[in-house]
Amino acid sequence: MADESAEKNVLAAGAPLVNISDVSFAYGRRPILTGINMTIPRGKVVAIMGQSGCGKTTTLRLIGGQLKPSQGEVYFDGQPVHTMDAGGLYTMRRRMGMLFQFGALFTDSSVFDNVAFQMREHTDLSEEMIRDLVLLKLNAVGLRGARDLMPSELSGGMARRVALARAIALDPLLMMYDEPFTGLDPLTMGIIGQLIRKLNDALGGSSIIVTHDVQESLQIVDYIYFMADGKVVAEGTPDEIRASDKAYVHQFVWGEMDGPVPFQYPSAPYREQIYGAAHA
Amino acid sequence: MLDRVAAVLRGLGSRVTSRLWRLGFASRFIFATLLYSGASFRRLSLTIREIYFSGVLSLIIILVSGLFVGMVLGLQGYDTLQRYGSSEALGILVALSLVRELGPVVAALLFASRAGSAITAEIGLMKATEQLSAMEMMAVNPIARVVAPRFWAGVISMPLLAALFSAMGIFGGYLVGVQLIGIDEGSFWSQMQASVDFREDIVNGVIKSVVFGVIVSWIAVFEGYDSEPTAEGVSGATTRTVVTSSLAILAADFILTALMFRGA
Repeated sequence: MADESAEKNVLAAGAPLVNISDVSFAYGRRPILTGINMTIPRGKVVAIMGQSGCGKTTTLRLIGGQLKPSQGEVYFDGQPVHTMDAGGLYTMRRRMGMLFQFGALFTDSSVFDNVAFQMREHTDLSEEMIRDLVLLKLNAVGLRGARDLMPSELSGGMARRVALARAIALDPLLMMYDEPFTGLDPLTMGIIGQLIRKLNDALGGSSIIVTHDVQESLQIVDYIYFMADGKVVAEGTPDEIRASDKAYVHQFVWGEMDGPVPFQYPSAPYREQIYGAAHA
Repeated sequence: MLDRVAAVLRGLGSRVTSRLWRLGFASRFIFATLLYSGASFRRLSLTIREIYFSGVLSLIIILVSGLFVGMVLGLQGYDTLQRYGSSEALGILVALSLVRELGPVVAALLFASRAGSAITAEIGLMKATEQLSAMEMMAVNPIARVVAPRFWAGVISMPLLAALFSAMGIFGGYLVGVQLIGIDEGSFWSQMQASVDFREDIVNGVIKSVVFGVIVSWIAVFEGYDSEPTAEGVSGATTRTVVTSSLAILAADFILTALMFRGA
C-alpha cells in the first residue's frame, strides 16, 4: 500500500495536474456524466465546452471535491480527490482557485476584504503584509483604485475581476473558471480572457475554463474538450476544433441554428399539430 | 376507488418520510454547527459582529414592545385587581407575568420575526449567489465561518433581549400603575420585591429564553442553509423560519412551564 502511494507520488511529478478517468456521476437516478476521461497538463489552459446542462460545471465540482463521482477516479496533483475526507479536501483546496459565474463576492465586505479573505483565514501574515499583497492582486486585475468599494457598487465586469483577484490570492496551482464570460460586453470579455491567459502564464499553474463562449475561448486556450449529454464527444487544440468536421462541433463552433442539436424542442409533427391528425 | 386510497396513502407516506428526513438533516446540521463552533469563540469578533446585527439591532422593537406590553398589563391588571381590593399587588402581577412568561415568550417571538428571518434570508441569499460554495472552494468551512457565529449570536442575544423586555415592561407597568393611576409607589415595588423569587421566577425565565434562543437560531440558520437557491426558495424559507419558530416557541413554553412551575 505504502509502495503504491510512493509510486504515485513519483509519477505525479511528471504527470498531468488533473486526471479524470472513466468518471460517471448521477443526481439520484438522473445520469449527468458517463465515462468521462480528461487530462489537464501543467502550465496549460484547457477549456471544457458544451451546451448548458451537459455536465461542464459538474465536472468542475468533481475536481474541487464538492461532488463525489459515482464511478471512476479524479486525481489532483497525484492525490485521489474522490476518496478524500473533508480535512483532505480543505487542504487540497488551498492550492485551487475558482472563479464563479457571477463572481460570488461576499456582499457584506469591501473589495479589499474580499481579496484579503483567504489570506486572513489561512495565513498568519501581518495586516501590513496582507495590504501589500491585496494591492498587488488588485493591481494585476487593474482594480487597485477600487479597493474601498462595496460589491454592490461594482459593474458585472469589475465584480468578475475582483473575484478573479480573490481566487488567485494564494497563488493557486489550479484555477477553475465557471462561465467567466457570461453576461459581459465584448470589451470586458476580451479583458477577462487576456487576464486568464496572463495569470496562468505568470502563476505557472494550470487553468480550466468551463464555457459556451466559443470564439473568445478558442483565442486563449491550449486544448478543448467538447461535451454533450454527459460525454466527451470531441477534443483537440483550437485549430483542430476549428477544422473539425464532426457535425456537433461544427454546429457549436459556428453557431448554426439546426444540426445534431435540434432547434425544436421534441414535439409532435408540425403539420399534425396545426391541421389535426387527419391531415397529417 | 382502491387506486385513489392507495394514491392518498402514498402521498401521505412520502410527506411523512420527507419531513422525517428533513428533521434528521436538521439534527445532523445542529451537531455539525456545535462541532465547528470553535472558531466562533476563538475569533470572538465574528460572533460579536453577529450579536450586533441580531441583538443590538433588535433592541428598538424589543424595548418599545416591552414598554407597551407592560403598560397594557398595568391597565388590565389594575382593572381586575381593584375589584378584589388588592390593587397594590399590581407590581407582583406585572413582574411575575413578565419574567415568567411574557418576557421570554414575546421577546422570542419578536426575535424570530426580526432577527431569525434576517438570518435565514442572509444565509439563503449567500447560498443562492454561490457565496457559500465560493467559501468552500477557498477551503473555509461555511458552517464554521457563517452558520456557527450566527447561531451563537442568537443564543447569547436572546436571554439579554428577554431581560431587557421584562425590565422595560415593568417600567411600563410602573408608569401606568403608579404615575397614571396613582397606586402607592412603595407597595408597588416592595410587594414585587417580596414576591418575585430569584431561583423560581427569574432563573426559570432566563432558562426559558436560552431554550428559545437555541430554537429560533437553530431554525433560522437551518432554513437558510437548506433553502432552495432561488428567490422563491429564499422567501419560502424566511416564512418557514417565522412560522416554525413561533409554533416551536409556544410549544416549548408549555412544556417548560409544566416542568418548572408545577405545584409552585
